[in-house]
Amino acid sequence: MHSWDPRIEGMPKAELEKVQYRLLKTLVYRLYSFSDFYHARMKEAKVHPDDIKTLADIRLLPFMYKSDLRDNYPDKLFCAPQNDLVRYHVSSGTTGKPTVVGYTQKDLDLWTTSLARALTSCGIGKGDVIQVSYGYGLFTGGLGLHYGAERIGATVLPTSVGNTERQIELMQDLKATAIACTPSYLIHIGEAAERMGVSIQKDTHLRSAIIGAEPWSETMRTRIYETMGVRAYDIYGTSEISGPMFSECSEQKGIHIWGDIAIPEIIDPETGEPLPPGEHGELVMTVLQKEALPMIRYRIGDLTQIFDEPCPCGRTHPRIRRISGRVDDMLIIRGINVFPSAVEHAILSIPELSGHFMIEVDRKGSLDDMLVRVEMAPEALSDKINDLINIKRKVEHTLKNALNVAVQVDLSEPGSLPRFEGKAKRVIDRRVF
Amino acid sequence: MQGEYIIKQISIFSENKPGRLAAIAEALEKSNVNIYAFSIAEANSFGVVRALVDKPDDARSVLEKLGFAVQFTDVIAVRMKDQPGGLHEVAEILGDAGINIEYAYAYSGKEAAVLILRVSQAGEAISKIQAAGGSLLRESDLG
Repeated sequence: MHSWDPRIEGMPKAELEKVQYRLLKTLVYRLYSFSDFYHARMKEAKVHPDDIKTLADIRLLPFMYKSDLRDNYPDKLFCAPQNDLVRYHVSSGTTGKPTVVGYTQKDLDLWTTSLARALTSCGIGKGDVIQVSYGYGLFTGGLGLHYGAERIGATVLPTSVGNTERQIELMQDLKATAIACTPSYLIHIGEAAERMGVSIQKDTHLRSAIIGAEPWSETMRTRIYETMGVRAYDIYGTSEISGPMFSECSEQKGIHIWGDIAIPEIIDPETGEPLPPGEHGELVMTVLQKEALPMIRYRIGDLTQIFDEPCPCGRTHPRIRRISGRVDDMLIIRGINVFPSAVEHAILSIPELSGHFMIEVDRKGSLDDMLVRVEMAPEALSDKINDLINIKRKVEHTLKNALNVAVQVDLSEPGSLPRFEGKAKRVIDRRVF
Repeated sequence: MQGEYIIKQISIFSENKPGRLAAIAEALEKSNVNIYAFSIAEANSFGVVRALVDKPDDARSVLEKLGFAVQFTDVIAVRMKDQPGGLHEVAEILGDAGINIEYAYAYSGKEAAVLILRVSQAGEAISKIQAAGGSLLRESDLG
């Protein structure tokens, strides 16, 4: 086994659990003492740091929710002063307020370390050229993988997302051996290369792909291997826990969650009760050493299962299976999380619209295409087409700002979109993964 | 009296998909509304149908009952010579006066060709056209 940190990654389970317990205990004491939010939450749950006597006692601790981040926008949950922060990342929230994550230098170091282990476990290292085709900027994917790849001594080609023909030229000319991007973008690259008369398999050096941030399947893995000759590895993370952090190893048998960095749990999404290993349920994450925005039992909302037996690769840390779905109605559009509630919030802020809307999601080629049908308010109608085009542009612009992803907008006639009694079904998702 | 030359156009917002114009036309036929002139402006997924009709109020109420979004818009109608240069004559008057034409469409009227104009300043357009010797139609002249 080639590891970034053989001592930690192959640490006997009992010893790893001791490390986890020590880190958890430290975290709980620190937050009980220094975080008003966690102090109040623990008081409310009638749990004191002294009650945490074993690792399993983590279940006594209260959950943290995405809504807590929204309610404390932008930085009220931060446990580090601004002058200790070295970066912010921002993702769209469930309503108007985005989710802001701050990082201290140590937070970035741990995130990068986690990725250094992950990339090394996929067989990537010094000598590799990694094309980072995740978006750079407020989204965590681009910069996260960038730092991780630099840490292992690989050469980074920071192409970000888009401008696909140029990406393919650079991939050829600079002999990229690995790529990090969303699964749909990888397939898009494959199709674009074919149109350019370039065979990824024969005309490039690409042999592995670190793909994630959106759902994909074993069928896609096989298709990627057969059409491009590229071995694809699943990577997992969300901005709240730092960003993409954990991946499969070269065995491709589940995602290793580094136990000294995070404790994963699976709970019943209805009751909140912990489920035994192997059971399918909602993933809850505690990030053990985060300074700026600590996370105890954060309910990410992804569905999966944990399996604890050691991996054939020799690593002892728990693994999770590929994410199978969501507990809520969150959509993932070209790797970006989109909550229908955020769409609604944006639409209600536009006086030219009635407030009714529908979301339709399709795959155009290999890329996600999200269409938002909005209804005009009768008083905003105009006989001049330019006025209508301007309203459409305004809606597109408002949604792009709110969601961090470009969507199509269609203006519909007043009264033409469906009205719902009870729970609204505003999303039609026709994608097949 | 400029007001008598302001004509009520019905403007109908419509999604750009098969059958919408047929639905509008059928509704007008059933309520015995005659269409003098009409045009369609389109942008990708939606459009605006604009029409001059003999009974605008009836047309509006029947279309609204069907769920269409309908507005009245003030336009003016100018007689043109039905020969080369006819349009030039009218357009030049407005151009010289610095009045912008938002949109226009035309039909071949009984006595002369008619140009329907949507302009930003209808009152001023009427004065300029009259001052230049042009001839405008009242709503009652349309048929």
